[in-house]
Amino acid sequence: MARRVVAISPKTGIGAALLVLALILAALGAVLSRAEPGLGLGRSDWLAIRFTVLQAVCSSFLSVLLAVPVARALARRQFVGRAALVTLLGAPFILPVIVAVLGLLTVFGRSGWVNVALGGVGLPQVSVYGFHGVVLAHVFFNLPLATRLLLQGWQAIPSERFRLVAQLRLGPRAMFRAVEWPMLVQVVPGALALVFVICLTSFAVALTLGGGPRATTIELAIYQAFRFDFDLGRAALLSLVQLALAGGMALVALRFVPAVSIGGGLDRPLQRWDARGGVQRIGDGLAILLAAAFLMLPLGAVTLRGAMGLPQMPATVYQAAGISIGVALASIVVMLALALPMAGWIAGRARGGVEAVGLLGLSASPLMIGTGWFILINPHADPTGFALAVTVLVNAMMALPFALRVLVPPMRDILQVYGRLSATLGLSGWPLWRLVILPRLRAQIGFAAGLCGALSMGDLGVIALFADPDRVTLPLQMYRLMGAYRMEAAAGAALVLLALSLGIFWICDKGGRWRADV
Amino acid sequence: MLTFEEAGITQGDFTLGADFSLQQGRKYAVIGPSGAGKSTLLGAMSGFIPLSAGRLLWKGRDITDAPPGARPMTMLFQDHNLFPHLSVTQNVGLGIRPDLRLDVADRARVRDALARVDLASHAAARPGNLSGGQQSRAALARVLVQARPMVLLDEPFAALGPALRREMLDLVQALVEETGAALVMVTHAPEDVRRIADEVIFVEGGQAAPPRPAAALMDNPPPELKAYLG
Repeated sequence: MARRVVAISPKTGIGAALLVLALILAALGAVLSRAEPGLGLGRSDWLAIRFTVLQAVCSSFLSVLLAVPVARALARRQFVGRAALVTLLGAPFILPVIVAVLGLLTVFGRSGWVNVALGGVGLPQVSVYGFHGVVLAHVFFNLPLATRLLLQGWQAIPSERFRLVAQLRLGPRAMFRAVEWPMLVQVVPGALALVFVICLTSFAVALTLGGGPRATTIELAIYQAFRFDFDLGRAALLSLVQLALAGGMALVALRFVPAVSIGGGLDRPLQRWDARGGVQRIGDGLAILLAAAFLMLPLGAVTLRGAMGLPQMPATVYQAAGISIGVALASIVVMLALALPMAGWIAGRARGGVEAVGLLGLSASPLMIGTGWFILINPHADPTGFALAVTVLVNAMMALPFALRVLVPPMRDILQVYGRLSATLGLSGWPLWRLVILPRLRAQIGFAAGLCGALSMGDLGVIALFADPDRVTLPLQMYRLMGAYRMEAAAGAALVLLALSLGIFWICDKGGRWRADV
Repeated sequence: MLTFEEAGITQGDFTLGADFSLQQGRKYAVIGPSGAGKSTLLGAMSGFIPLSAGRLLWKGRDITDAPPGARPMTMLFQDHNLFPHLSVTQNVGLGIRPDLRLDVADRARVRDALARVDLASHAAARPGNLSGGQQSRAALARVLVQARPMVLLDEPFAALGPALRREMLDLVQALVEETGAALVMVTHAPEDVRRIADEVIFVEGGQAAPPRPAAALMDNPPPELKAYLG
């Protein structure tokens, strides 16, 4: 009812948003200046586009379809370890892609556990490379995400609805039609769209499991044009294709994509009176068991193999680990310097704004930005000298949409509750941030910093494009070890990387909540 | 002296008119039915709700567009008068300097104010560890160090029990008499009006009536006030 108390000056926030926009547009401009449209797209480029779309379609449908029974089981069952499993579903989000890939290779690879088992009973082997592998890895990463989204949908169904179902004695089918189907119709398109866009821009999975003319994504094609052919014109052209495809899809997806709650709140099972039958119990148990095994086996495999590989790690791994820690910490600082003013600005506005920035983060491909900045820096200096700086910047920008989703709602609450008090006291500017906003937002800042740190720690993107041979990050070092078939050493590095990623997330998240006041 | 000069406040369909002056050192009670606009009137005084017509003057100076912090008044709200993550001392210190860079003299003032409201022993506590009455007293200590010429109360003691509320009102009365500030308080309770108000602003039917002497008004209320008091 009262006039909005504008306690936060929007200038810094708008400045930060413009800076992000400028960084992306500068890269886009540089790419455009090099793209040669007359060149047209070659056969291999069309193949890459086809593969990109095809694998994204398959990955998103498989992820979401498989997530339905898992989410349903989690929504209506109570068991020991349920909360832990729901938490684990959030883990792939901060899991370094290359670590997961190594885990999948250990389980599903040529001499992996599954193939050894299949060979033991005389069955043909499965291949983890190419289309299958890319889809498998994408399902590994996105099945948990889709499950969480659907679980949110299930938990948003009012419990009165289930009470009514119990009272009317609806059978499983009638109940599905009356209650669950309408919810799924609302939630599934959003989950599909989100997973589709994520898979569209995926790079590290395609780099490690794809490759060759029949399993190359656009993102990977950019990398190859850049790195092996040093064909900047083609890299630029592909970057534009990627931007148009991912940006266009993100624009379409935005209509459906639900608000992703990355935080808690999902560990509360509803009281349910239905689905007490034996078949349903067994089905639910099976769904949960399979999903848990699918998630935990590769992680367990990496840990086991990594522990054995630790002694074989070359000293370069430790050096790379140090650099990765530096990159992650710098990314956190840059991300917070951008996200906090932007969140203040967005929270001060009536509504909206977050979506546009999120769209920017979804559609601007890291490799496009990397290529653009390489083109910009190249005439003036050796770009490899700036590889780490560009990596820091890109990592911070990739974490920005998630950080804003975490920071904006509580920022809005703070302004709502303490805006008037701050205004009567004349609190504004830096004192307002120092005394009110930062202390009250500590938990969310810690969480956002943890996300950014973990994402940055595990990122294998821009750095692969133009790294200084002597100063590489841990994921790239690990990739090089894998490329040299030093799998045990790579597994050791994977364990270190896993510990660092989870560790930085844990420290930031705990640090934010440590002795926090209500 | 604060003057509403043919002021109007519009919020959607709701309008409220005010055209009167408040004097230094007087104590005003704002009464009227729920939803009549008592809080809105205080919001307009303190700068949280813009005027849609007229002007607001402080000693002849136009403060219609001044931000809340730049007005000669301090206000206590129904809730959230303290920052829960800051100590009592810090909360009171904010009343002296919003950036909390307090010198020795400032700190002494904070200590004195806390002693005045009997909170000296809780100076380092967080508001969450205080009782409701203690929280109110901490907020009043801040009002004391702010030393503004006007104190606005938008029912800050509504959640307290009757005895505690009376105690707080007595404390408020003592504090404003010490500082010579004017007091404007929203209240629902006729006994509060009799207890401390010199004059009454009756808000009803889209109009905040000019202040009238409290005792005479309460003893002999006009029909619409009589209807409200029951």
